[in-house]
Amino acid sequence: MSGPLSPVDRPNSYIGKSVPRPNAKRLLAGRGRFTDDIQLPRMLHAAFARSPYAHARIVSIDASAARAMPGVRMIATGRDLAELCSPWVGTLQHFKGMKSPPQYPLALETAVWAGQPIVAVLADTRAQAEDAAEAIAIVFEELDVVVDIDRARVPNSPLIHENLGDNIAFKTSIESGAVSAAFENAAAVVEAELTFARHTPVTLEPRSLIADFEPGERALTVHHSTQTPYQFQDIYSRHFALDESRVRVIAPDVGGSFGMKLHVYPEDMATVALSILAERPVKYIADRSESFLNDIHLRDHRLRAKLALASDGTFLALKVEDDTAIGAYSAYPRTSAVEGNQVIRLMGAPYKIVNYKADLNVIFQNKTQTSQYRGVGHPIACAATERLVDLAARTLNQDPFEIRRRNYVTSDMYPHTTASGYKFERLSLDECLTELHRLMDYPSLRAEQSGLRRKGIYRGIGIATYVEITNPSPAFYGVGGAHISAQDGCVLKVTPSGDVQCAISVTEQGQGSETIIGQIVADQLGVDRERVRVMTGDTETTPHGGATWASRGAGIGGETALQAARKLKANILNIASAILQSRSSDLDLSEGRLIERETGVVRMTLGELAALVYFRSDTLPPELNIDLTIAHHFAPKGFPFAFANGIHGSLVEVDIETGFVRLLKHWVVEDCGRIINPMLVNEQIRGGVVQGLGAALFEECLYDEAGQLLNGSLADYLVPMACEMPDIAIAHVETPTRDTELGAKGCGEAGTSAASGAALNAVNDALDPLHASISQIPMTPQRILRALGVV
Amino acid sequence: MSRQFPVSLTINGERQEFWVEARLSLADLIRHRLRLTGTHVGCEMGACGACLVIQDGRVVHSCLSLAVQADGSNIQTIEGLSESGAIVDLQAAFHERNALQCGFCTPGVLMTAQELLQAGGLPTRDEIRDALSGNFCRCTGYEAIVDAIETTARRRGAAVKPNDFEPRS
Repeated sequence: MSGPLSPVDRPNSYIGKSVPRPNAKRLLAGRGRFTDDIQLPRMLHAAFARSPYAHARIVSIDASAARAMPGVRMIATGRDLAELCSPWVGTLQHFKGMKSPPQYPLALETAVWAGQPIVAVLADTRAQAEDAAEAIAIVFEELDVVVDIDRARVPNSPLIHENLGDNIAFKTSIESGAVSAAFENAAAVVEAELTFARHTPVTLEPRSLIADFEPGERALTVHHSTQTPYQFQDIYSRHFALDESRVRVIAPDVGGSFGMKLHVYPEDMATVALSILAERPVKYIADRSESFLNDIHLRDHRLRAKLALASDGTFLALKVEDDTAIGAYSAYPRTSAVEGNQVIRLMGAPYKIVNYKADLNVIFQNKTQTSQYRGVGHPIACAATERLVDLAARTLNQDPFEIRRRNYVTSDMYPHTTASGYKFERLSLDECLTELHRLMDYPSLRAEQSGLRRKGIYRGIGIATYVEITNPSPAFYGVGGAHISAQDGCVLKVTPSGDVQCAISVTEQGQGSETIIGQIVADQLGVDRERVRVMTGDTETTPHGGATWASRGAGIGGETALQAARKLKANILNIASAILQSRSSDLDLSEGRLIERETGVVRMTLGELAALVYFRSDTLPPELNIDLTIAHHFAPKGFPFAFANGIHGSLVEVDIETGFVRLLKHWVVEDCGRIINPMLVNEQIRGGVVQGLGAALFEECLYDEAGQLLNGSLADYLVPMACEMPDIAIAHVETPTRDTELGAKGCGEAGTSAASGAALNAVNDALDPLHASISQIPMTPQRILRALGVV
Repeated sequence: MSRQFPVSLTINGERQEFWVEARLSLADLIRHRLRLTGTHVGCEMGACGACLVIQDGRVVHSCLSLAVQADGSNIQTIEGLSESGAIVDLQAAFHERNALQCGFCTPGVLMTAQELLQAGGLPTRDEIRDALSGNFCRCTGYEAIVDAIETTARRRGAAVKPNDFEPRS
């Protein structure tokens, strides 16, 4: 572990401290402002008539009855809105050969998933709009439905998009080393076919936006529950041919996102188009059933993998085939291929594997689109790799900890490039493994387990190692042509009284972005945290930047704030040196006061300095640089990603009569580099773990053969609740990245990345004495009983 | 205009009268007519707990009640509980422990917590988790919420000042 950035006991030393979030108090008092809480003058409400079929031709639309209903102001079809909004295509140039058809706000001729919006209604109230949407008569001609990943690829399969020629969105392969030879020479081979269900984010606040078009200036303001306001400013500007300077996107309080609210949805574009047509503000709030039908879904993989082993347990080669289904369109602007691409690049990544072959097939189907969500690809790669590692340990009768230690990338190998091409600056795999062993008290757990087995109680212990992609450079999206920024911007302003305002391009969805930025700015400047106000989420008042996704807020946004604060501090000390007739190197800023560096004697307050600059510039030397507002941008340099790492442990008890799995305890040892706020890191981990455990045990979008979602409500779709979740113990190893001064990597995906893999291994460990195993998540009671041969 | 019905309610201690459509939910009345936007709507079917309010002393789902059914009742929302100071200790414990992230579920969670704590005694962690079984939180993983409620129960039992609580990480 490296030392702190600065002495922890000096005043204003906030980096590394568990301070609470200033912005949480108003949320606790019911004073949040979420998008649906905003009411604008003359605002209308949008609702949509949707396709009830997964694949159908639209024969005719009769809206005459709807048009005559109370409060109805406008009814628009796909053609009406297509005239205003240029279509979007969810591909990236660096995914060679990727295809997806142009997508429009509303379906034009054919509906390709159940729930696709076809007709939009604007009315005075939401209830009136919904009533009218129900009265729209659409005649459909049903078409053959494609739902199965294998049948989608047979030569005579029905096509979802005739123009594409087949139902394949993207294929890619990786081959490194001598894979066939390694398998031929292996002492043993373990293999698995794993199925990962399609599930859905279920943010508690649904997708929400208010589009407010002002025709006089052709100005558009969108209050949008999103992570990425800058991305949407670009998209609304380009697709509606509006001047970018007149497009303002404001993200107010956002009630959960986790990746879901950074994709473009048909209803977003329709709502903007409707506001332009009506020249009035238009609000669209998805209800829960619309959320289930049209929020992105995620995962949906069938992954086959084989691991070749030497007799001492050394991993010789890995072969992977991932088939993943993404619904009817690739998502825009990030595509739906990143998930699968990351699966095949993260498989086996923590281990010394040079012989590697992987094939990825990304397949269209008549379902809701899938795309990036917390941990993009990580949980799949982690669970599949770690299941193989446990199978290897079992086959060779080795301890799960020891077989991992034997095969990890070791400290003398950094910087290390994986067989799939990822570059690791430095990981702490061995340290984390050792710490987990201690934290779990592994020997005691094993002793307890064997004692309980004799009493017919089946407990299982599972572990899972992860590496996590954080702080992405333009290699992620920029090189593919997407207007998604990898850099961040920060404006710092000293107010006349000596307070500091910070406008920054990372955004807040409750993870604590504003808090950690405030900690960094206050720490680096030398002012009290209470006197720093952080502002986020408004394209008109903050600099352009990447915002918050892919665990980039702390690492990139935080470094931007750090460098900005140092730049501002240099200006302040320079001004102070002129006022105080001292060398700036002899001065410092502490607790908002200019002090003599050596003696600590207070010379003046920051407020006194600012007041002189703002109100008595006549007293200052004319050539003095008086910039008390500075702007600073920072783009990641060096490694394309800052890889974080860690390991999870899971303890479960399987009731072999009912198939129910009880989660007894979960442990995480994580290394996200420099920790800015330990409490917030821990809560990111805990929240992420529970999302991973939900995937492991409960969450699944069930479809029938006709492409109908069968469980699209919170009564039918199971999410993890308090009574089912364990307490989660967390420990830290700190390996700061040397690519930045701050040294922070991200931690947003760490919990989700390995929780389901650890639980999968734990359940299989519990089932092992019964000669049963499971290779599908969620591990529902029915599937457990099937694995046990009971049903 | 569809037929309107009179409703008379006491909301956060203030008596108010309305004419409403029969189909208007109590949640929509609270949010969109009274503009008390601290009460949230998450699932519209009584599963997620974001819309919980206190009606005549009991926690109810305002999304499952019609406004007309609430005629004559006494409703407390998060705004009322906050302004009266009734849950100031709970709010402080949630803040110190970071028992919320996005904050969308939080008003409903506080309703459940207050009802549990008003029953008296020192609930176990399992009892707290059981009491929260109708509150969906996607962000926190629940442990911090359980911690904050447990801390408040202890403090109420011992009448300890909120400042004595050290945030754990």
